[in-house]
Amino acid sequence: MIRVEALSKTYVLHTQGGIEIPVFADAEMSVDAGECVALHGPSGSGKSTLLRCLYGNCKPDGGAIRIRHGDDLVDIAAAAPRVVLDVRRRTLGYVSQFLRAIPRVPALDVVAEPLRALGLPVEAARARAGDLLARLRIPERLWTLAPATFSGGEQQRVNIARGFAANHPILLLDEPTASLDQKNREVVIELIAEAKAAGTALVGVFHDDEVREAVSTRIHLMQG
Amino acid sequence: MTGPLLTVAGLTRLYGARVGCRDVSFELWPGEVMGIVGESGSGKTTLLNCLSARLEPSTGHVVYDTRDDGPIDIYAMSEPRRRLLMRTDWGIVHQNPRDGLRMGVSAGANVGERLMAVGARHYGEIRAQADEWLRKVEIEPERIDDLPLTFSGGMLQRLQIARNLVTHPRLVFMDEPTGGLDVSVQARLLDLLRRLVTDLGLAAIVVTHDLAVARLLAHRLMVMRRGEVVETGLTDQVLDDPHHPYTQLLVSSVLQP
Repeated sequence: MIRVEALSKTYVLHTQGGIEIPVFADAEMSVDAGECVALHGPSGSGKSTLLRCLYGNCKPDGGAIRIRHGDDLVDIAAAAPRVVLDVRRRTLGYVSQFLRAIPRVPALDVVAEPLRALGLPVEAARARAGDLLARLRIPERLWTLAPATFSGGEQQRVNIARGFAANHPILLLDEPTASLDQKNREVVIELIAEAKAAGTALVGVFHDDEVREAVSTRIHLMQG
Repeated sequence: MTGPLLTVAGLTRLYGARVGCRDVSFELWPGEVMGIVGESGSGKTTLLNCLSARLEPSTGHVVYDTRDDGPIDIYAMSEPRRRLLMRTDWGIVHQNPRDGLRMGVSAGANVGERLMAVGARHYGEIRAQADEWLRKVEIEPERIDDLPLTFSGGMLQRLQIARNLVTHPRLVFMDEPTGGLDVSVQARLLDLLRRLVTDLGLAAIVVTHDLAVARLLAHRLMVMRRGEVVETGLTDQVLDDPHHPYTQLLVSSVLQP
């Protein structure tokens, strides 16, 4: 589902005297359907950068990221914006560390949005969104409120629900359990297990050793 | 298989020896929203005016895929045809709503006028559509016969949007659509714009100096400096991993509340 070839990335900070921060060079990785690959390595080894490159949020300096998108193979590193957006809509889900709340949009619609983008009617999308929010223990009285005022843990759970809503064939997870309590961590572990069983290809950064061991089928080591 | 809605090639506009914008090329596809960002004087508005048939470029082409006859250079069209295009298939949302509205006629007439320009004649039908569009932009229908003079800044901007969208344009140009509005009004307008653009599958070109507005509305960005395009790409990629020194400066200059 994902094949990373000779990928390299260096940040150049022009506003700070042009300092260069090499992150990785010639990185290789491949992920099959039904696998959950955990990116593992010390802080600063480029785990989040690699994940962001896979999502098209970070632009590598060289190499290719081939994503199975329907019947096509798309190089995310070189694709036009509208192609990347279509890959994100139909193929590529992402759970970021922090929710970017949009003013006035209620939690239920934040979660339902990826389903609406796939053309699902509003009632069906909201029903699925409600199921996920309930599983993640977001009280129903919060569903109609915009998540900007939610606690960190609540926002993260809304974000997780949104990421899992559309059952994308590929799902990227950036520390999805960082600010969750034990019970909610268990729900996330269950959701990941169900996605794997359904044939989703997952790549994630998991700080929590227990979660990593529970969900990953393989560890991808990254050196600093 | 459809092609790009707008194809821009080598567009340059000079003001005497001074550069307004230089050598701009891009394609805009149906349903795509592109943001043009950059500081004041970077050529954003000059470019927008050239793209929207309001300022003839010095050199270069702006080709629009017309509904009936396919791609045509907008500056090679006859003047009446270009005007018809601007009235029907395009929308132009000005930063100052007073520039896009007729302040001396009622809110309903401001919306209905665009419909009449495309041949609507049935009074009841026009009024019903005006009523529907006022609701869509969250203006109480009781205000339909009021003059825009009695509206607040945020309401005026919403009315201007209704006036533009009532004819179901395929392409909308917006120049700082939230400029000059206070933040709570801005949030409401942005949410409304985002919803309408998505629901109607509109293509849009939005000029803004506000990167948060760009992030919320635009699929992709074009960063301009001194009349030239210095960086382009997917909106979140340009804002989260800017490459050009000027884009990095822009992004790092934003104050976090």
